[in-house]
Amino acid sequence: MSNVLIVAEQFDGKLRKASLHALGAGQQLAARTGGALHVALLGHGIAEAARGLAGFGATVHVADHPALAHGLAEAAAPVVVQIARDCGATLVGAAATAAGKDLLPRAAALLGAGMATEVLGLGGAGPAILFRRPMWAGNVVAEVEITTPVKVFTVRPTEFAPAAAGAAGEVRAVAVGIDAAALRTRSVDFQVVKSERPELTEARVVVSGGRGTKGDFKAVEALADALGGAVGASRAAVDAGWAPNDWQVGQTGKVVAPELYVAAGISGAIQHVAGMKGSRVIVAVNKDPEAPIFQVADYGLVADLFQVLPALAERVKASR
Amino acid sequence: MPLKILVTAKRVEDPESKIRVKPDGSGIVTDGVNYKMNPFDEIAVEEALRLREAHGGEVVVAAIGGEKQQTELRAALAMGADRAILVRHDGPLDALVVSALLAKVCEQERPDLALLGKQSIDDDQNQAGQYLAARLGWPQATFASKSESLESEAEQKKLPGVVVAAGGKSARVVREADGGLQTLEVQLPAVVTVDLRLNKPRFASLPGIMKAKKKELKELAAASLGVDLAPAVVVRSLAEPPRRKGGVKVADVDELWKKLHEEAKVL
Ligand SMILES: Cc1cc2nc3c(=O)[nH]c(=O)nc-3n(C[C@H](O)[C@H](O)[C@H](O)COP(=O)(O)OP(=O)(O)OC[C@H]3O[C@@H](n4cnc5c(N)ncnc54)[C@H](O)[C@@H]3O)c2cc1C
Ligand SMILES: Nc1ncnc2c1ncn2[C@@H]1O[C@H](COP(=O)(O)O)[C@@H](O)[C@H]1O
Repeated sequence: MSNVLIVAEQFDGKLRKASLHALGAGQQLAARTGGALHVALLGHGIAEAARGLAGFGATVHVADHPALAHGLAEAAAPVVVQIARDCGATLVGAAATAAGKDLLPRAAALLGAGMATEVLGLGGAGPAILFRRPMWAGNVVAEVEITTPVKVFTVRPTEFAPAAAGAAGEVRAVAVGIDAAALRTRSVDFQVVKSERPELTEARVVVSGGRGTKGDFKAVEALADALGGAVGASRAAVDAGWAPNDWQVGQTGKVVAPELYVAAGISGAIQHVAGMKGSRVIVAVNKDPEAPIFQVADYGLVADLFQVLPALAERVKASR
Repeated sequence: MPLKILVTAKRVEDPESKIRVKPDGSGIVTDGVNYKMNPFDEIAVEEALRLREAHGGEVVVAAIGGEKQQTELRAALAMGADRAILVRHDGPLDALVVSALLAKVCEQERPDLALLGKQSIDDDQNQAGQYLAARLGWPQATFASKSESLESEAEQKKLPGVVVAAGGKSARVVREADGGLQTLEVQLPAVVTVDLRLNKPRFASLPGIMKAKKKELKELAAASLGVDLAPAVVVRSLAEPPRRKGGVKVADVDELWKKLHEEAKVL
């Protein structure tokens, strides 16, 4: 039996969209291996999010416990292991979010399993799965085999279509036996980055600013708002404190693949490009005609971003 | 309370070097490629040094690799680490093997804190710290960051971002989570993996480099540690991803708008 378990995520009781992409990968794997599809949701007060997982042909395992409220890997990893063993899963995966990357390797170690991070696609034939994944900031795509009986992975959400509708699937409550007093991790604070804008990884349009903004993100934000999009940033802009960590696009930040990506005052270092080259249309605005960003941009404009972005925002508004 | 800190310093390809795949897909072309300490590990070493400056104690730097890996351990010693341990192993590694070997080192050294990078910029796996924490049964705080920016006053003062409580029983770590910054309190010993915004690593000074030559660099044979050295994550082939082709330059905003509206139909 080679069943598939996808660990879904919720935040504040809301299911994360990235998990539906991971579940899509789970459907592909179950079809390849002939195994059954299972999905786990961990947290506290998560009934609503759990309902969002029904209807994809998967058995839904709901682990609701106060000690799971803050997504602590120390508390959650043994629960993932318990569910994986209960449902006979040999493939255990999640979305490659910060939470997925924190939790899954810890669970993998407890399962004695090898793991592939940020899977882009599946290779191999039939039930013999090879995982395609990026290395060296996306300069290289590797096909890797995992030889342990249980194989663990995270998938890049932009590379997998969300799960297709399927049978309702049984919902099972997991008996969680965590000794909260024995936990040696405690969550003391969470500073939420609040935003009216769409989530960076889910937005149709992303406008990003780099060092070329010299710290003034107003034009970048105004264009994003005119387009109903999200705001991104290069590492240089985040390091300087001009943009929150959450906005960083790249190898070590968020990976985005919107319909339209506008890079303003960003030179186009490989580590940045690794996070946005899957976008459908890329626009670059940069004063330097030699900037490497123009090598990946569909439309390049050699000009000052402080003139271009407001003018483009005006054009967008005028066309409405 | 003085702290004993174990920190890792892995040898990787310089992020500035151009990485190309060999025509047969068996590996990368190493001609003309420079090597250096994994950038995340530089941040981990810096954090370890700041913690020692604040609390006293010892910073032991460790790595697993071949003979050349000595260079990066010496670089960490030059930054200020007290001594180094090289677990000698030639050949491919994965997180199962790395964490098993580092766990052996931790059992011997008994540090209060193991500081690792969040990810190696060659294999980009982001796993070793979490595996290590699980093997040791220690709590973990991944992707350690700071609420203040790298241009802030706190950073100018070179204070540690990881705040160890008086008495040395626990530490507070601000970490980059989905949707915000989470603060965790972990009981020590613990594993912390560091992200880019935790600090700006120092450069080694000339006296630091001279002193490093005399510091202890102990070698252990991986095969002597009683660990299964066969990786379970095996790279079968490498390929270069399809390159995006550069498009056209447009003259002005009017033309850009037209292209986006009529040609690409995104607006
Ligand atoms: C381990 C590691 C991980 C990294 N991870 C990431 C990552 O995830 N994401 C990321 O982005 N980077 C990452 N980097 C950093 C990356 O290598 C670059 O340093 C960074 O992307 C540069 O940011 P930038 O393009 O904003 O700045 P710069 O390279 O300084 O470019 C600024 C650009 O703005 C242009 N400009 C200036 N003024 C104007 C103006 N008025 N109008 C228009 N254009 C103007 C300039 O011509 C220039 O091209 C990483 C690096 C390392 C080593
Ligand atoms: N061979 C190694 N030697 C020393 N440290 C390592 C080694 N491999 C991984 N690490 C550490 O583990 C972190 C995460 O690596 P990875 O899981 O490979 O992305 C790195 O930043 C290093 O600190």
